[in-house]
Amino acid sequence: MKILVPVKRVVDYNIKVLVKSDGTGVETAGLKMSMNPFDEIAVEEAVRLREKGSATEVIAVSIGVQQAQDTLRTAMAMGADRSILVLSEESPEPLAVAKVLKAIVEKEKPDLVFLGKQAIDDDMNATGQMLAGLLGWGQGTFASKVEIVDGRAEVTREVDGGTETVSLAVPAIVTADLRLNEPRYASLPNIMKAKKKPLETIQAADLGVDMTRRLTTVSVAEPPTRKAGIKVGSVAELVEKLRNEAKVI
Amino acid sequence: MTVLVLVETEAGQIRQASRSAIAAATKLGDVHALVVGNEAEAETAAALAAKVPGVAKVLKAGADVLAHELAEPMADLIVSLAGDYSHIVAASTAVGKNVLPRAAALLDVQPIPDVMAIVDADTFVRPIYAGNALATVKSSDAKKVLTIRATNFDPAPAEGGSASVDAVNVTVQDTVSRFVSEHTPTSDRPELESARVIVSGGRGLGSAENFQSVLTPLADKLGAAIGASRVAVDSGYAENDCQVGQTGKIVAPELYIAVGISGAIQHLAGMKDSKVIVAINKDAEAPMLQVADYALVGDLFEVVPELAKAL
Repeated sequence: MKILVPVKRVVDYNIKVLVKSDGTGVETAGLKMSMNPFDEIAVEEAVRLREKGSATEVIAVSIGVQQAQDTLRTAMAMGADRSILVLSEESPEPLAVAKVLKAIVEKEKPDLVFLGKQAIDDDMNATGQMLAGLLGWGQGTFASKVEIVDGRAEVTREVDGGTETVSLAVPAIVTADLRLNEPRYASLPNIMKAKKKPLETIQAADLGVDMTRRLTTVSVAEPPTRKAGIKVGSVAELVEKLRNEAKVI
Repeated sequence: MTVLVLVETEAGQIRQASRSAIAAATKLGDVHALVVGNEAEAETAAALAAKVPGVAKVLKAGADVLAHELAEPMADLIVSLAGDYSHIVAASTAVGKNVLPRAAALLDVQPIPDVMAIVDADTFVRPIYAGNALATVKSSDAKKVLTIRATNFDPAPAEGGSASVDAVNVTVQDTVSRFVSEHTPTSDRPELESARVIVSGGRGLGSAENFQSVLTPLADKLGAAIGASRVAVDSGYAENDCQVGQTGKIVAPELYIAVGISGAIQHLAGMKDSKVIVAINKDAEAPMLQVADYALVGDLFEVVPELAKAL
């Protein structure tokens, strides 16, 4: 069983981004970039399935600028066998990414594609579902558990009010939620080994995918700031403020 | 323009989030509500949806294949109905987020998730980077596929309307996915996303026992829902579906009481639109205290019981 894992290079999750003063976007120059945290979980799950013998090969793929190869090296240091970098503009939309991934899937013919449930930069939560739609495959989104049972993927999903388990014919798409696993750290020897693993680079244009954006960003603004609060000295004062000033109790 | 809104029910009512989606959709045009389920579920849901003011027509799709709202048949159903609609809308719930992007791909449309404001028929405001920036985006797609951030739109009332109901001829099949089981812990507390007051706990509680014993009396006094930070959920103090934040629930109650929660970016993303925020934390430097309207620095194990007693 072959597993494909799309990974995205994003601004590190610990960094609070600032909106550019001209309102055209957020300032990302010079910021620390990392693998999207949900994608780390997807890579981990794929590598675990290979360690258990359920999978034979794990291929990482990223779409974006040249520096995304660092993200792919990280995936390989975690245990992915090889990588594909699809060179494109900065941060294409999920629709374009899903189309690129469809082309890669048709070439590589994986049995499973593991993605993160959302990227923490655009917060779209769409690419996995869109890829599943384009391929006509089943989708197990927001997965907290994945098992291969009788040649099908049994996926436990985090839904509003609890969890739900679905059984998907393989090939299938799974998107990882936080609770799926605890991703490993890449060890130094594995980081060194990852430098020697194959990384193929292709141009998005060569895949025949129209990358034209459907959404134009009109402006990007800071969210409204809350007015400064006050420190209260006691429970009695807190209750008094909530009752008489805020009037919420 | 006519808007198709996917409407969900829960416990014999239209979900509040879906009523917010209906309210948002009325800003775009005439609203047709799509309800799904097996025959009986769809019948019940259609009767409820018909009573929501603002709904012009209800489309009732009853079939066993739709009983569990699986994405594969649901997206096919939406695509089969999409022809007449300028906008296809759902609330940003687990179902909306699962189904709509798939339908959008089948329609060759870039979906617009988590819409916080509607500027015009093509232009929408949505949060990016965990809500640290608000992007206004204009879509060039012929059809717009949107999910609505429920906390940004006052829900349409549950009663007062009288829409007609049309039965949809459901021809979709599902050959790739199967529902196996569900696990839904029951709770007498208000639903987190629609609660007026939320008492939320974090790492500071220290254990599942403390989480319950400290927060429950306060939540009971206030008739509040109980929320949790990611750390509290990961540590097993609370159920996963209690998590508030970028990747959990987005809430905006009138009163949010954060107990022992430091206030990481990802948690703030889920609650910073609350009307009044109270932070109880022993660390005077915790970021939560910076966004709180009322900050009380102290030991939560003393302060919270005292607060519960004082109410």
